[in-house]
Amino acid sequence: MEFTTIIKPKNKLFEVDFKEIWQYRDLLSMFVKRDIVTQYKQTILGPTWFFVQPALTTVMYMVVFGGIAKISTDGLPQPLFYLAGIVLWQYFSDCLNKTSSTFTTNQHIFGKVYFPRLIVPLSTVTSNLVRMGIQFLLFVLVYVYFVVSGVSVIPNIYALLFPFLIVLLAGLSLGFGIIISSMTTKYRDLTILFTFVVQLWMYATPVIYPMSTITNPTLRTLMALNPLTSIFEAFKYGMLGVGEFSWWQLAYSTGFMLVLLGIGVVVFNKVQRSFMDTV
Amino acid sequence: MRTAIEFNNISKQYRLGLVSTRTISHDLNRWWKMNILGKEDPYLKIGEVNDRAHKGESEYVWALKDINFKVEQGDVLGIIGKNGAGKSTLLKILSKVTAPTTGTIKARGRIASLLEVGTGFHPEMTGRENIFMNGAIMGMTKAEIARKLDEIVDFAGVERYIDTPVKRYSSGMTVRLGFAIAAHLEPEILVVDEVLAVGDAEFQKKAIGKMQDVSKGEGRTVLFVSHNMGAVRNLCSKGLVLENGQIIFLGTTNDAIDNYIYVKKNSDLLKVDAEAKVKKNRLKGYSNEVFFKEIFLDKSNGNYCTNEDIVFICKIKSNRTTENVRINATISNIEDTPIGGWFGDGVIDIKEGEEKLIKISLKNHNLSIGTYFISLSLGKGNFIEGMIDFDVVMMAEKFSVVGFDVNSNTGFTTWQKQWGHILFTTECEVLD
Repeated sequence: MEFTTIIKPKNKLFEVDFKEIWQYRDLLSMFVKRDIVTQYKQTILGPTWFFVQPALTTVMYMVVFGGIAKISTDGLPQPLFYLAGIVLWQYFSDCLNKTSSTFTTNQHIFGKVYFPRLIVPLSTVTSNLVRMGIQFLLFVLVYVYFVVSGVSVIPNIYALLFPFLIVLLAGLSLGFGIIISSMTTKYRDLTILFTFVVQLWMYATPVIYPMSTITNPTLRTLMALNPLTSIFEAFKYGMLGVGEFSWWQLAYSTGFMLVLLGIGVVVFNKVQRSFMDTV
Repeated sequence: MRTAIEFNNISKQYRLGLVSTRTISHDLNRWWKMNILGKEDPYLKIGEVNDRAHKGESEYVWALKDINFKVEQGDVLGIIGKNGAGKSTLLKILSKVTAPTTGTIKARGRIASLLEVGTGFHPEMTGRENIFMNGAIMGMTKAEIARKLDEIVDFAGVERYIDTPVKRYSSGMTVRLGFAIAAHLEPEILVVDEVLAVGDAEFQKKAIGKMQDVSKGEGRTVLFVSHNMGAVRNLCSKGLVLENGQIIFLGTTNDAIDNYIYVKKNSDLLKVDAEAKVKKNRLKGYSNEVFFKEIFLDKSNGNYCTNEDIVFICKIKSNRTTENVRINATISNIEDTPIGGWFGDGVIDIKEGEEKLIKISLKNHNLSIGTYFISLSLGKGNFIEGMIDFDVVMMAEKFSVVGFDVNSNTGFTTWQKQWGHILFTTECEVLD
């Protein structure tokens, strides 16, 4: 038998062992299970909390943005409009927040045993998918309620893009998350800045307002540069029939996601080998 | 024998102190020199021997420096050394937790590391769930774990608690479960770091037995770090002694342990005179009315045979005229377990300021092959009138019993650890 393991000081930049990640796929599913099962252990409401959180947020948005600030919802019922934004945004921000602290929160495990580190952010993105799925169910229930009570919301063929949109969101949050987590192992400055940036980012994305309310052309160009914009608009366009949809925009987001994820994986792979010394 | 692991020039550098704004200036400097000017890493050259007890010049230290060795397949290698000698760093590099600064390691087969048992146990999950979780972290597949589940639960002895969250477990139970999982991994190379410290005697025995089975029966390679010399001696076929990030000895387990104990006891005194050695090993709190000045053996190499008298020379000095002084002693083995001792006769009379040389011969000791330490005390009195000690020197000298008979040329004869420390003399008569 030849030497099967070779440990050396530095890996080549693009030497990412995807085969190894595949070998550890059972670990990925264990992590996903752990994240879901343990979140609401020893709570009385249990998984019901998955519903309560977005429901309360929707009510809050209805009061603040709909009631006080009187921001347009393109003529849609407020609960439906806000819930659409919240389901997507919640998924994105949950993934981003958790993956961005991959190294710092898991240092006790990473310091003791080796497995492909990328498994951890991948499992985060996957387990949040389950949560997002449950929240999407709530969205569907509310949707059905409004349709039955006679409000005219018309979905179109673009609603089928939903899974693809989720893949885009997952990829973007994973890409950003692992880059941030790689950059914050040594210098923690970024962590402080980062929580702030995520908060602002929500307002730079059409979550609580439709694109149609933005009329300033400079602002519209800037918004178009945000890779999240087209995803949110495409979701609302497909599901609710309002919003601005363009294939070009979606292609831009896809390209952005692929490049970002590529950079992220390379950076993460480089950092994972020695982060224990600097974390 | 095939080589299982090969370490080539492995070094690991760490930076001391806090990560701060100065770190970024070093990083920038390093990046500038290496990537723009194309020079070598400016911080890699500096760095001195990593002795934690002494203040050094550099901010960078070598936790490991130029480690070169090979481990044969089926070997159980014990790695011993003081705290901070680089043992854990070595294991961490081997288990890929951190990368070496220079050098390469080549290994055959799957490496599983047990740097801490129960890594990744989630307190809210049940024992059963955690077995799957932990096994997966160690690189097992779900199917493999499911196949061994019963065996693991049985080995850990936690059947009753298996569906209870791990947070309700005692710390010992957690360790047992963790070790049981690791012991049922089937890696070609197993890396173990001080995990036997917790767990009761019964379990420690079980764990050591399991590790022996793994290496002997299944031909796997084990690297074992421990401060428990008894465990190392029982388990390991070879020993590696690390000091300040460098290998100072590689050989049989017994030789390695002897070497290590000697280094640990007298690392600063190797070249120092007998007087300083006594001073260092002296217990505080005694009057020192009469005290030891020097203690040495009649043989400078300290090697004796079982049927040979072991002779000590003690130079004693007195601050006050005292009569009927006697010398007592205890002999202990290398694990600090006392083997036996004697009470001397109160035959020494000494005047103030006087120095005397005392020769003590240990006769018919019947000690078997091994390394021993002698601790001495000076005192007077007896059991009826009460006793007083003037001076106590612990582990004052080390000697080895290397053979049974001075007159035989056979030299070493095997003597196994489990046979104890005393070679009894017997007579065997056939009665009718």
